[in-house]
Amino acid sequence: MTTTRLERASAGTADFLDQRTGIGVAVKNFARKIFPDHWSFLLGEIALFSFVVLLGSGIFLTMFFVPSMTEVHYEGPWAPMHGVEMSEAFASTLRLSFEVRGGLLMRQIHHWAALLFMAAIVVHMLRVFFTGAFRKPRELNWVVGFTLLILGLAAGFTGYSLPDDVLSGNGLRITDGVVKAIPIIGSYMSYFVFGGEFPGTDIIPRLFTLHILVVPGLILALIGLHLFLVVLHKHTQFPGSGRTDGNVVGFPLFPVYTAKAGGFAFIVFGLITLMAATIQINPVWNYGPYDPSPVSAGAQPDWYMLFLEGSLRLMPGQTEYVIGGYTLSLNVLIPAVVIPGLLFTVLGAWPFLEAYATGEKREHHVLDRPRNAPTRTAAGVAIVTAFFILVLAGANDLIATHFEMSLNDITWAFRVLFFVAPVFAFWITKRICLGLQRRDRDLVLHGHESATIVRLAHGEYIEVHKPLDEHELWLRVNYSSPRPIEIEPAEDSRGVRRKGYRADRIRRRLSEFFYADRIEPVSAEELAAARAHQAEHHALLEGGGRHSAALPAEESTSTTVDVEATSDR
Amino acid sequence: MSTNDTPRHDELVVTHAPEGVVDPGLPPHQPRLGDTDPKASKRSERIVAALFGLSVLGSIGVIVAYFAFPPGESVSSIQQSNMFLGLGLAFCFAGIGFGAVHWAKSIMNDHEKVEERHPQRSSDEDRAAAVEVLKEGAADSGIARRSALKGGLITALALLPLPVALPLIGNVGADWDVSKFRHTMWRRGTRLMTDPTYRPIRAADVTIGSVVHVIPEGLHHDELESDQSFMDEKAKAVVLLVRLDERDLKHTEGSYHGIVAFSKICTHVGCPVALYEQQTHHLLCPCHQSTFDVADGAKVVFGPAKRALPQLPITVDDEGYLIATDDFSEPIGPSFWERVK
Ligand code: HEM
Ligand code: FES
Repeated sequence: MTTTRLERASAGTADFLDQRTGIGVAVKNFARKIFPDHWSFLLGEIALFSFVVLLGSGIFLTMFFVPSMTEVHYEGPWAPMHGVEMSEAFASTLRLSFEVRGGLLMRQIHHWAALLFMAAIVVHMLRVFFTGAFRKPRELNWVVGFTLLILGLAAGFTGYSLPDDVLSGNGLRITDGVVKAIPIIGSYMSYFVFGGEFPGTDIIPRLFTLHILVVPGLILALIGLHLFLVVLHKHTQFPGSGRTDGNVVGFPLFPVYTAKAGGFAFIVFGLITLMAATIQINPVWNYGPYDPSPVSAGAQPDWYMLFLEGSLRLMPGQTEYVIGGYTLSLNVLIPAVVIPGLLFTVLGAWPFLEAYATGEKREHHVLDRPRNAPTRTAAGVAIVTAFFILVLAGANDLIATHFEMSLNDITWAFRVLFFVAPVFAFWITKRICLGLQRRDRDLVLHGHESATIVRLAHGEYIEVHKPLDEHELWLRVNYSSPRPIEIEPAEDSRGVRRKGYRADRIRRRLSEFFYADRIEPVSAEELAAARAHQAEHHALLEGGGRHSAALPAEESTSTTVDVEATSDR
Repeated sequence: MSTNDTPRHDELVVTHAPEGVVDPGLPPHQPRLGDTDPKASKRSERIVAALFGLSVLGSIGVIVAYFAFPPGESVSSIQQSNMFLGLGLAFCFAGIGFGAVHWAKSIMNDHEKVEERHPQRSSDEDRAAAVEVLKEGAADSGIARRSALKGGLITALALLPLPVALPLIGNVGADWDVSKFRHTMWRRGTRLMTDPTYRPIRAADVTIGSVVHVIPEGLHHDELESDQSFMDEKAKAVVLLVRLDERDLKHTEGSYHGIVAFSKICTHVGCPVALYEQQTHHLLCPCHQSTFDVADGAKVVFGPAKRALPQLPITVDDEGYLIATDDFSEPIGPSFWERVK
């Protein structure tokens, strides 16, 4: 066997490494590890690759950005700002935009990547939520991902404030107002954050350290843990024939997954760069340096902060109280702390909540189709709806000017919608899920409509139904449909009240909330009966004397009969 | 990694299908065009190579753009530089990306493979062994029999954060004198100056309906005392001055011939309030739309703020210039816990 120079060289390197690290074992175990393929598994990758872009462009920016609030007079090329007093932070941002070649591009890449990063995180989280990928054994990884979401918000917030322009300065001022509203220690917290009174001269350097060291460092470490857990658990897969909780079906890490994911990384880089090249973002030279006096209407924070903005806008001011001489600003605390706190707590704790209601202990590696978990799906849609209403409320002034409506009316509408819309969304989503389950039942029992109407010998018209093939059948029958858990009665056989009954009752309620509304899955008997029925029709058709006429699809009528839901209220 | 006792992955598999329906296994593999047609396969290869070539062109484009389009002094010149550099770089990335993905999809082996899973928990023997190891270690350390050791270690560790946190917390809030929230630069006799032009304001020059952005005299870089910071003082002292028809004013206290001055810092969370509507005498905060009625002591008429904007009491001096007669009667800006104490 002849070996080329390249082969010999790589064998030499491999030998050198393996003698010192034993890396051969790792290569053997990991190089052909299987990863399932689905477009929705790319969402987390978009987040990962956007973060890589953030690191790269961020390092470029640190070379030129000066995190200082020392006041200077601008003397650079941007004429409208000549002689204007500004912080070094703002001056260096102008320098990046006007004097550093590629500096503006890197700024715009960095900002677009930040927006995409957050969007990808959120949509990725929704994918995990709606498919039930957070179930055992992945609850911990859900918590890791959830922490990453919070850290992403922190990264965005600290970064947005750095250029020290009018908009970011006003954002900081709002932060100061929210911090001051904290009971008892609010004033001190404000001093803690700003190193004295607002704005002081410490906040930009402090945010800078958080933004380029602490937060990205934590994100990096947690991304490492996140991906380690993904490999440890092996990725989940969508349901389908041949895919079970005991296997994983897909493509090997090397070469297919490497090429696809690696290639996809470059596509994400390319997409972000294309956006940065063609769509302007944060043109701080138009805003001017921070000054506590001027304002601009219609200024919007980055999208992932809009929900807080909207929440603050909706809360009526009457809820500030003075109790015993101390001021309790519920008009700030509820929208800025309590509401986001509730939304995030429910999200963060969801896997544990659901496991508690199900009482199930087994591992899940095959994903749920969202319809097969109606309450979860409905709750997810409700949370998204609440979030979306707050985002819209954060743009209520733009909506008002755009549609020429009264701002007060819009605000009132959103106040009502914030409570009504999630409930409605919950209800309708659950209906839709149960409806889809019913449709699955029909398909399993009667097959697909073929749009062919046939007249039988005795004059009856029937539509020919095509039975499902075995793969589709499996997909539509092989899912779990839990019932509410049973608990032991309040009193034991001797009539003594049982300890722990109250906790059980709460659990039973939760479980009922989750699973009381359900569609009974197809049973073996039903399936057998349906098959017998089909065979009968088939025999009649084969039996001759038939006039068949294929009707155009839109004229055909379905002959399927609705199956009663078992305990559907 | 796998053990050779019972195939543990079987423990994981749970079937919910009705009896009689069995898993038919993976659907058969669908061949791609290139798997059967060598010409299609060759074409894919050429496409991939061309995409990589596109990336090379992008790199060259960036180098050309770097020299050809300096950022310059105008918005259009920086945008031009930005666009050409950016488009080049985008091609540079996307060429590699689409090339690699097309390679993977059209040329690489696309037969799905199956790998077994194993339950996450370790086996009972391993667990028992782990407990054993820990017990041995604990016995070696002797901690179980010596409670003084345990107590000492826990106390030492519990106190450890203190010496680190103390200097941090001691310094991070500067002098921690939060009473500064209560005062601004305004004093009896301080002239009202225009912002940013810094000129005194003659009452007679303020026409009905006009709005003036105001800062106190002395809030200027050349005039500040050494312990005053321009930004900190300005953040508290900014004022909005409006002249109404005197008959429209519900209270005339602190006003001068229909001229009223209010803190510009919103009592909600502190944005500068500056959108004045002449017809209604309403002042709107652009941040969360709290609306204040200037004719009625800047009371809140809508939105998330609760309190009226604090009023700056004004009059004129001998020369007819507007001056303050005092500081604001209460702390300006957002509420805080001990605000009215
Ligand atoms: C972890 C995710 C990150 C997010 C979400 C994020 C977000 C942001 C945002 C929104 C801005 C304002 C951008 C502008 O208008 O120019 C910004 C600025 C900045 N970021 Fe990041 N960033 C992240 C990571 C990083 C990293 C890792 C670094 C450095 C190693 C970095 C360095 C900077 C610098 C120096 C600025 C100020 C530059 C300027 O605006 O001119 N960032 N960041
Ligand atoms: S800061 Fe003025 S309404 Fe919120």
